[in-house]
Amino acid sequence: MKILVPVKRVVDYNVKVRPLPDQSDVDLNNVKMSVNPFCEIAVEEAVRLKEKGVATEIIVVTVGQSDSQEQLRACLALGADRAILVETQSLLEPLAIAKCLVNVVHNENPDLIILGKQAIDGDNNQTGQMLASLLDYPQATFASELEIADNQAIVTREIDGGLQTIKVNLPAVVTTDLRLNEPRYASLPNIMQAKKKTLDIMNVEDMSVDINNRLQTLSVVLPEERQAGVMVESVTELVDKLKNEAKVLS
Amino acid sequence: MNILVIAEHDNNELKSSTLNTITAAHKLSADIDVLVAGSELAEVSKQAAAIENIKSVISVDDPIYKNFLAEDFGNLVASMGDQYSYILAPATTFGKNFLPRVAAKLDVQQISDIISIESEDTFKRPIYAGSCIATVKSSDPIKVISVRTTAFDAANVTDAEVSIESKDSQNSMGNATFVKDELAESDRPELTAAEIIVSGGRALGSSENFQIIESLADKLGAAVGASRAAVDAGYVPNDYQVGQTGKIVAPSLYIAVGISGAIQHLAGMKDSKVIVAINKDEDAPIFQVADYGLVGDLFEAIPELTDSI
Repeated sequence: MKILVPVKRVVDYNVKVRPLPDQSDVDLNNVKMSVNPFCEIAVEEAVRLKEKGVATEIIVVTVGQSDSQEQLRACLALGADRAILVETQSLLEPLAIAKCLVNVVHNENPDLIILGKQAIDGDNNQTGQMLASLLDYPQATFASELEIADNQAIVTREIDGGLQTIKVNLPAVVTTDLRLNEPRYASLPNIMQAKKKTLDIMNVEDMSVDINNRLQTLSVVLPEERQAGVMVESVTELVDKLKNEAKVLS
Repeated sequence: MNILVIAEHDNNELKSSTLNTITAAHKLSADIDVLVAGSELAEVSKQAAAIENIKSVISVDDPIYKNFLAEDFGNLVASMGDQYSYILAPATTFGKNFLPRVAAKLDVQQISDIISIESEDTFKRPIYAGSCIATVKSSDPIKVISVRTTAFDAANVTDAEVSIESKDSQNSMGNATFVKDELAESDRPELTAAEIIVSGGRALGSSENFQIIESLADKLGAAVGASRAAVDAGYVPNDYQVGQTGKIVAPSLYIAVGISGAIQHLAGMKDSKVIVAINKDEDAPIFQVADYGLVGDLFEAIPELTDSI
């Protein structure tokens, strides 16, 4: 079984992001970039399926600028077999990324596509579902457990009221939630070995995909700050404030 | 400029997220149809028809929609798309699951998780876990939008009822099967609809210790929440999680107990009206967003608080 794992290069989750002074976008100058954490979980799940003998090949793919090769190498060090960069200078929206991925799926014919449920930059939570829709594949989003049997994926999903289990026929798209697994750290020998693995570069212009942005960002600003509150000395004082000042307790 | 709002329900009861979404829709246009799709919908359709400020309810009653599987549900909504200028759904796991499928089928770029409507094509939405707010303008002819429910009040429910029109279902794709739901059974209010929430963090130390949070919540008639750290440590189930990747809440009173206040958690609760933080670390970031902070041992403070209200 062949697994395709689309990943994204994003600002490291420990970085506190701020808007640029002209409010045109967030300030990404000299900040640490990483593999999106949900994508790392997707790679880890694919690697575990390979270790169990369920998967035979894992291909990681990203749609982005040339520097995304760094994140593809990181995924190769985690255990992916080869990588594809669909190179573009533009910052693409989820719909355009999904369309590029459709091309890759048609070339590679994977049995399973695993993605992060969202990237922690745009927080859109769209690409996996859009890819499944464009391919007319079934999907299992927000996965916290994944099992493959009888040419189906049996997936436990994290939903608002608790958990849901569904079965989807392969080929299918699965998107990962936080608790699906805990990704491993790449070992030094694996990092060295990853440098020798194949990384193919395709150009987005060769794909005849409409990559024009449909959304224009007019401004990026900090959210309104909450007013700093007061410290209370005791539970008695707290209850008094809640009853008589905030009036949220009766 | 007509709008299709996709109702969230469980085939018995309309979810309050639908009411928040209708308030957002009404800021764009008064011409609102509400799609209720599911199985054995007589009661839910009636509830939807009583919502203020809508034009009509469209009911699609077919067992293939009973579990809202994204493939068939998305195709149904997409099939109606060209008749509308806007398609809105709540940004809950229900809406997040199927709505991007609709946008892709209609070849439009979805606008996720909006928190305000600036004009007919311009919206505000949080990015980077709420660290920044982006204002975005859409050039798509149909605007497919998911709505952050805490950013909009619930629409009123009236005595009057608008017309309910039935619509035929689409063919099922038959490529996904529902197996089971394991939903938390609780007498407490739902997290996203609760007036008061008591949330516990890693400092609770165990699921047994979490009972002091539950006792306080029960005394207050509150819902129980948790930080990601508490969920990851296994103290409580995943559906308790408040934060960027869990539930977004905005109750009148949010009591954060033993929660340090990681940005991912703050992203899920900082729109609460009044925030109380109880933590033994006086430098915990949670105190920067709290209206009332108490530095102290939660194992002493929480039982004392429970006894004194």
